[in-house]
Amino acid sequence: MEILYGVFVGPFRDMFTAPGFLAEVLIGGIAAGLMYSLVALGFVLIFKASGVFNFAQGVMVLFAALTLVGLMERGIPIPIALVLTMLVMVALAFAIERIVLRPLVNQEQIILFMATIGLNFFLEGFGELLWGSNVKKLDVGIPDSSFIVAGVQVNKLEMTAAITAAVLVAILAVFFQKTRMGRALRAVADDHEAALSIGIPLKTIWVVVWSVAGIVAIVAGIMWGAKSGVQFSLSLIAFKALPVLILGGFTSVPGAIVGGLIIGVGEKLAEVYWGPLVGGAIENWFAYMMALAFLLFRPQGLFGERIIERV
Amino acid sequence: MIYREAGQFKTTYASDQAIFPIAQDRWVVLVLLLAAFVVPPLVANEYWLQAVMIPFLIYALAAIGLNLLTGYAGQLSLGTGGFMAAGAYSAFKISTAFPGLNILLVFVLSGVIAALVGVVFGVPSLRIKGFYLAVATLAAQFFLLWLFNKVAWFTNYASSGTITAPPRTVLGLMVTGPAATATARYLTALALVVLFAAIAKNLVRGRVGRSWMAIRDRDIAAEIIGIRPLRTKLLAFAISSFYCGVAGAELVFLYLGSVETLAFDINLSFLVLFMVIIGGLGSILGSFLGAGFIVLVPIFLTNAPEKIGLGLPVALQKQIELMVFGGLILFFLIVEPHGLARLWQITKEKLRLWPFPH
Repeated sequence: MEILYGVFVGPFRDMFTAPGFLAEVLIGGIAAGLMYSLVALGFVLIFKASGVFNFAQGVMVLFAALTLVGLMERGIPIPIALVLTMLVMVALAFAIERIVLRPLVNQEQIILFMATIGLNFFLEGFGELLWGSNVKKLDVGIPDSSFIVAGVQVNKLEMTAAITAAVLVAILAVFFQKTRMGRALRAVADDHEAALSIGIPLKTIWVVVWSVAGIVAIVAGIMWGAKSGVQFSLSLIAFKALPVLILGGFTSVPGAIVGGLIIGVGEKLAEVYWGPLVGGAIENWFAYMMALAFLLFRPQGLFGERIIERV
Repeated sequence: MIYREAGQFKTTYASDQAIFPIAQDRWVVLVLLLAAFVVPPLVANEYWLQAVMIPFLIYALAAIGLNLLTGYAGQLSLGTGGFMAAGAYSAFKISTAFPGLNILLVFVLSGVIAALVGVVFGVPSLRIKGFYLAVATLAAQFFLLWLFNKVAWFTNYASSGTITAPPRTVLGLMVTGPAATATARYLTALALVVLFAAIAKNLVRGRVGRSWMAIRDRDIAAEIIGIRPLRTKLLAFAISSFYCGVAGAELVFLYLGSVETLAFDINLSFLVLFMVIIGGLGSILGSFLGAGFIVLVPIFLTNAPEKIGLGLPVALQKQIELMVFGGLILFFLIVEPHGLARLWQITKEKLRLWPFPH
């Protein structure tokens, strides 16, 4: 009885008796979820356009943040450092396309996935070799303080992250729907060969999409770096983004956002209200279990393309 | 090195379907096997056995397990570390609860428990495929490690949270625990890996392996010709987890001696996956080649700079190691995406015709 009460009654009672606290938990969850979405977005972009499951996205976030911090430490003002970091990420996209992807065209997906894990190791070593492996503080002028709206504490940094994510998604949506390049990207995502046959250059598309993912990685890197410092563990946020990804569907940009929100909120609620029952520290696996539960009903994720199988 | 099958006629179905149809192959394998049992204990020192040979054998067993699941049945799994942990912790619980039980039996039992765990986490594979499944198996990885970490019962309420291999003997020879010699542990690991590799080889040649491959290549077509996906996929998960579980138990009992859950984290899963892919998907030999490669490369990278007189700072060396390791993986994937086993096959074909290529 004690356990049943703890699982089914106690948490809900706590929620209703302290709605202010519940609101804070929810807002914290939404903010955390959007941070996950920022990372998941990079995955989705690359998977959509090239069918590559890019495991190195987490390290790309770390690499971008390291580069930015490294440049700023050398006394370069923020706007110039940002532009330089973008150039570095674009150069990285060129290098990856030329050295890794081009020789592996037409290989099975698992081989490409493995290649991105190799890339993951390489970039990790390379980033630390260039900029050092000590923990760095990233200060881009966003205060990590809270203000109070209607009796609920809101963290400024988290609000900034939320707004940034929203803006980023809007820009990406316009880019995908309205521009010539965006249309080409969608065509490639739909059918590589058909896109090639009507004269869309696949190589350019891949460079563009990896560059865009790199720039998304910069944004994610700034937000995560400002929150928890720039260090090796930053690359582990890839594991936070994966459940978001399978929940939202590998091929859907809105899915990454909605998935992030669901995971963020669910995780925070579970941690605060149910976590103590089982001894806490459940955030490592809870998101995966949640995503699994969703997957049993929609195997392609919430917004993924419907899987049609023919023999 | 160059030999031909000329003059060897197959007069029965049995000889046509033998694992090594050519007599020379049989002899080479037999001699290699004997050498593996005799030479290293005589020649190799403690360091080589402990740091190279034993982990190589244990990882090879784990790689065979993952290869059955990913290479033959086509189910991508990133939960290897979790399944190995399941084997390790159940071996610890069984051997401490029943001190009289033969340690080899303990290994098998812990494999069976790991197989049950594998079946539970294999259930989603019936609904989801490919990378969705890979991410789903991460749930097993994170959940199992969390469970072993949180529930003190698994470590017999040890305050340090570690499990330690108790001393046990086989045929009067101490094989686990601090008093066991490296030679004894090497021989145990070798015997187990030879036995299980032979079983795996025969498994994939037979009905079971063929149904796995059918599921891998086209699951709907396989279903239409009468292979049951439920049974086949879950069997793949069970047997693969059995192998991983035994390897996990060996990792604690024969190699590390005492571990905490950190030893089975996600990096171990990736390491085993590397072995399978570098070695060759869908190849038992490849599992051995991949394991050898992944075990030897870091040792080589650690020692090479010193040998050529480059005294590098530790941090710098660590970073360069990472870069070279990542670079090597990329290099091998680009040169031969089908792994070392394929390279070996090509070499064999070339040698067979050499020096007359036509």
